[in-house]
Amino acid sequence: MSLDPATVRRIARLARIGIDESDLPALQGELNGILGWVEQLNEVDVEGVTPMVGTGHAALRTRDDVVTDGNCRDAVLSNAPDAVGPFYTVPKVVE
Amino acid sequence: MSYTLEGKTGTWEIVVGLEVHAQVISHSKLFSGASASYGGEPNTHVSLVDAGFPGMLPVLNQECVAQAIRTGLGLRARINLESRFDRKNYFYADLPTGYQISQFTHPIVGEGTVEIELGDGTVRHIGITRLHMEQDAGKSMHDQDPTRSFIDLNRAGVALMEIVSEPDIRSPEEAGAYLRKLRQILRYLGTCDGNMEEGSMRADVNVSVRRAGEPFRTRCEIKNVNSIRYVMHAIEVEATRQIEVWEGGGEVDQETRLFDPSRNETRSLRSKEDAHDYRYFPDPDLLPLVVEQAWVDELERALPELPDDKRDRFIKQYGIPRYDASVLVAEQAIADYYEEVARGRDARLAANWVTGDLFGALNRTGRSIQDSPISAQALGGMLDLMADKTINGKIAKEVFEDMLETGDSAADIVERKGLKQVTDTGAIDAAVADVLARNADKVEEYRGGKDRLFGFFVGQVMKAMAGKANPAIVNEALKKVL
Repeated sequence: MSLDPATVRRIARLARIGIDESDLPALQGELNGILGWVEQLNEVDVEGVTPMVGTGHAALRTRDDVVTDGNCRDAVLSNAPDAVGPFYTVPKVVE
Repeated sequence: MSYTLEGKTGTWEIVVGLEVHAQVISHSKLFSGASASYGGEPNTHVSLVDAGFPGMLPVLNQECVAQAIRTGLGLRARINLESRFDRKNYFYADLPTGYQISQFTHPIVGEGTVEIELGDGTVRHIGITRLHMEQDAGKSMHDQDPTRSFIDLNRAGVALMEIVSEPDIRSPEEAGAYLRKLRQILRYLGTCDGNMEEGSMRADVNVSVRRAGEPFRTRCEIKNVNSIRYVMHAIEVEATRQIEVWEGGGEVDQETRLFDPSRNETRSLRSKEDAHDYRYFPDPDLLPLVVEQAWVDELERALPELPDDKRDRFIKQYGIPRYDASVLVAEQAIADYYEEVARGRDARLAANWVTGDLFGALNRTGRSIQDSPISAQALGGMLDLMADKTINGKIAKEVFEDMLETGDSAADIVERKGLKQVTDTGAIDAAVADVLARNADKVEEYRGGKDRLFGFFVGQVMKAMAGKANPAIVNEALKKVL
C-alpha cells in the first residue's frame, strides 16, 4: 500500500493539520515508510488463528454507577484560553 | 393499503430507516464518575475525563451496560457477549477529546424486532439492526456573543444508546408508530425516559424513494429530529423533494440534511463532504467488553412485563378487546391503575370506565393517571356499588362526576345525595301506575301496536323516580301492567 500526495493532503485535512505543499513529498515518504514497516505483519500466516484482542487475559474493568467526580469547574476551565463566566468559548461555529 | 406518493410521472413508495439516540437512565456518565443528571450549573457535571485532559482514562459504568442489555432484551434482540469500543474521530468544539467513544464493528446488541400496530389494525414487524453504546457530546450556544460560541460540557460523556432500525418503514405513520412503540418499551424497561422535548430521545431519519419493485435508491439522512410529529413531516417533505429531483432528470446525492419545521423543508448541510470519514479504530484505552451469559439471564429474569406481553395477557385474562388492551398498556401506570380497578370485579366494565369516563375526565382536567383525582380504589368502590345494585349505570355517571369534584368516596356520595337505587317494587308499581294514568293516549297507541313507546314509559318512570329506580324492576313492572 502506498499513499499518493492527494491522500496525504486529505489525511492532513481530516486531522486539521495545516501543511505546506512543499512538505508533501517528505510526509508522503515518511508515511509510506511507516506503512511499509507495518506491512511486514502481512508475511505472518494467521490462517485459522483467533484474533487476539489484548495481551494477557485481563477483562475490561467497570465501575459502579455512582457519582464520584465533577463539581470542579475551576480545574475544568483552567486550560481554557478564553473562558467567559462558567463557559469555554470558541470562535463562533454556526452551521 | 400501502402508502405511496404521486409524482408527475407515476407512483413512488418511500423507504425509511431510523437511528434513535436514547439517553440512558443512570446516575453517572458512561466513562466518568461525573453526574449524568440534567440541568446542573454549566460545566459542573464535568470531570477531567469528560473535558479531555491529557492522561485521563475512561472507566466503563457497569449499570450503563446493564441498561443496554435490558433494552436489547426488550427489543427481542441478540446480546453480543463480546463487544468493543471504538473511537469515532471528528472535530467539533463541544467534543473536547476530538473523538467520541462508540461501538462500531462490534456493538453490544445485534438484530432484533419491534412490533407496531397501525390505525387500521395492521400489525407489522420492524427489524432492529443493532444497538450500541456511545457518549453524548456537550452543548454549544451560539446566541450569547457576536463572535464566540459558548460551550457547556455537562452532557459530554453521558451514555447514549443508538438504536438502528432496518429500512423496513414504508410510511410516515409507520415511523410514528415505531417511535411510539420504541419509547413505550424504553419507558417500561426504565432504561430511557423517552422525553423527546428534552432531547433524551432524538432521531436521525434515513429516507429514499423508489418505484414499486425497484431496489433501494440513494438515501439522505435528516439529522436530529426531536419530535415524532416532526419525524413524520420530515419524511413526507424529504420524499417529495427527492421525487421532484428524480422526475426532473436529476440524481439524489447521498448527504446529510436538516429539517426546518417552520418552513416545512429540508436543507443540505453542504459543508459535510468528509462528514462520514470518521476513521474509526479500536479505543486503545479500553479492553473488549466481555459479559457473562449468566448475568444476561439474571437481567432478563428481572425485566418487567413488556407492553406486548401485557396486552396479550389483558386480552386473555380480562376478556377485553384488543383495542382496549392496547390503550390500557400504553403506559405502565395506566395498566397498573386498570388492574387495580379490575381485580375481583367485572373487568370489561372496569375497562369501559377507565378508557371512557376516566380518560375523558383526565383530558378535561389536564391531569395524568399518576395524579388522577379519582384513585383506582375509589373507582373500584363505585363499581362495587354497581355490582351490588346499590346504584344503576345512570346514577353511576352522576356519582362519578361528584367524585371528580369533591374527592368523596362513591358510598359517601350515594349516602349524602340519597341516590340509593329503589328496588322496592311497591314504590315502582305506584310510579308505573301514575305514569300510565297520565299518558292514557300513549297507552292506547302502545296497545295498538306502537311497541317503540315502551322506552318512553321506562323513561317517564325513571324520571318520576329521579333516576334511582332499578331499571330491571321497572321493565318488569311495565310489562306486567301493559
